Amino acid sequence: MRKRLSELSRLPTLPGVHLRDEASKIKRRLHELGGGGRGDSSAAWEKVKLARHADRPYTLDYIGLMFPGFIELRGDRCFANDPAIVGGLAAYQGRTLMVIGHQKGRDLASRTQRNFGMPRPEGYRKAQRLMALADKFGIPILTLIDTPGAFPGIAAEERGQGGAIASTLMRMTRLRVPTVAIIIGEGGSGGALALALADRVLMLENSVYSVITPEACAAILWRDAKEARPAARALKMTSADLEELEVIDGVLPEPRGGAHRDHEGAARIVKEALEENLRELEMIHPQARRQERLEKFRRIGVWRENGLTLF
Amino acid sequence: MAQQVSVDISRRGGGHDPGSAESCPKCSQLLDSDELAANLMVCSHCGHHFPITSRERIGQLADEGSWTEMAANLRSADPLEFYDLRPYVERIEEAEYDTGLSEAMLVGTARLHKMDVVLAVMDFRFMAGSMGSVVGEKFWRAAERAVETRFPLVAVCASGGARMQEGLLSLLQMAKTTCAVEMLSQAPVPFVTVLTHPTTGGVLASYATLADVIMAEPGSLISFSGPRVIEQTIKEKLPEDFGRAESNLNHGQIDMIVERAELKNRLVQVLGMLEGGVACALQPLWEEEAGPAGRRGAFAQTLERIKSFAHTPWRSS
Ligand SMILES: [Zn+2]
Repeated sequence: MRKRLSELSRLPTLPGVHLRDEASKIKRRLHELGGGGRGDSSAAWEKVKLARHADRPYTLDYIGLMFPGFIELRGDRCFANDPAIVGGLAAYQGRTLMVIGHQKGRDLASRTQRNFGMPRPEGYRKAQRLMALADKFGIPILTLIDTPGAFPGIAAEERGQGGAIASTLMRMTRLRVPTVAIIIGEGGSGGALALALADRVLMLENSVYSVITPEACAAILWRDAKEARPAARALKMTSADLEELEVIDGVLPEPRGGAHRDHEGAARIVKEALEENLRELEMIHPQARRQERLEKFRRIGVWRENGLTLF
Repeated sequence: MAQQVSVDISRRGGGHDPGSAESCPKCSQLLDSDELAANLMVCSHCGHHFPITSRERIGQLADEGSWTEMAANLRSADPLEFYDLRPYVERIEEAEYDTGLSEAMLVGTARLHKMDVVLAVMDFRFMAGSMGSVVGEKFWRAAERAVETRFPLVAVCASGGARMQEGLLSLLQMAKTTCAVEMLSQAPVPFVTVLTHPTTGGVLASYATLADVIMAEPGSLISFSGPRVIEQTIKEKLPEDFGRAESNLNHGQIDMIVERAELKNRLVQVLGMLEGGVACALQPLWEEEAGPAGRRGAFAQTLERIKSFAHTPWRSS
């Protein structure tokens, strides 16, 4: 059946010929047989739970373990300091690095203070300010991504949540310095992407990155938030899925048992990946690096044109 | 990201049913369908703007016979082999059948009062106007054409957000369309968006809010998160005007609210003003004396063109 399905999808589409009827019948059948997609739903769901694990190292944990010195810079200079995004100057191999990341809390008080890692517009505007600062002095930027998503609230909307994410994306397209983004936990929709339009986008093995949370996806498409397991599988949100789809630049294997068991080990892996990628990126002329960044995101998408499937 | 936003567009395949009647959701007046269509699908009693299809929008904006569609052959693939209660391909086919469209966005070139523009118009009826690979690619090609021809780009938005069924590929279309806007601003080519009911999620958080000038239709919902998600999060009922165009204007998120009947004129005025500036920027000062097409000449021509719509007040309200 799989073979027939791939044959069908290679055929050119002709007007009036409904090959897709047959394709969808086969897909339905495959799904009923329990092999609708690669991997099973419990494996995908395990990854979601691991990515959200309360003992996983967060941005400030990585900063503490990776850099001998760090000076946090705060505030968007307009409205407030958003504790759900932290950023600042890190001492890195005798020079400076700008580190910006989502920050979750561990106990009830700090979770509330960090708003569960869900930024408001002032968080994104602080990120932009720090990016501009880094760009001015030629300081490379590392972003660490770990958020369920941007905060959905009335005041956040009134202050332009959508525009704040969009302008952060725009700022990242324009940077002359090298940028490395690492998904360390939850890469939740636009709120995560805002910090991830980078020259290199890497994922830790047990992190997830998705257009929507599996719960919200299930609530809409399955009409039942409890169907989050099949939604997690269908969304192809694990690092292995996304590497296969070729939409990220690499996966970083975690220490035995996962990053939550060994913070030092995880930090070592992230640091090595950072060094390797920065070394490569710094060989490229700033102008060319910027052009390559635009080209990379320009190529993302899969569609059919005149009957051919294009990647 | 993608979300449930209810919009009632029951008219299949675009257009209206002649001779029938429709009741206005805002003032409950019974409206004659022909009169409603003649009034650009705006209630003549209370000014409620009914959602319109992408083809209706193009019909209202483009000079007669000036629309040329591009990238019409792009169709969604199913890269994730996505299957919820039904396969993605089935949902696509249904949307194609219901709307007579191949995707949630039409792109092409047109003239507005003889001004050449590139248009990118979304259609909410096609899978809630969700942005997947095809919408992202179409927007990119529209931007590319705008840069090649130096025609301004006008994007009319209506979207429930990123398309869940293409997973991260959809989310990354936000990055892709942002790169396209960056290409426009490098040129520079004027870029104006018109946010219509509803513009939310990934479209709002990418190209929709990155325009040089942002317009909105009266009453449109313009919000990153869906009202239902916000209500569930903060556990209270939202005010009536939450996220509407008027509230967005008050909070400084958009430049102006433009009624449908004035949209075409206002677009040409704004684009004309921006183009006048672009014409100046592209013509270095030392070539100023080069003749009537010089720096001042280009601007004067543009000014003449936009002044010619005497019925639209020249000074913005
Ligand atoms: Zn009415």
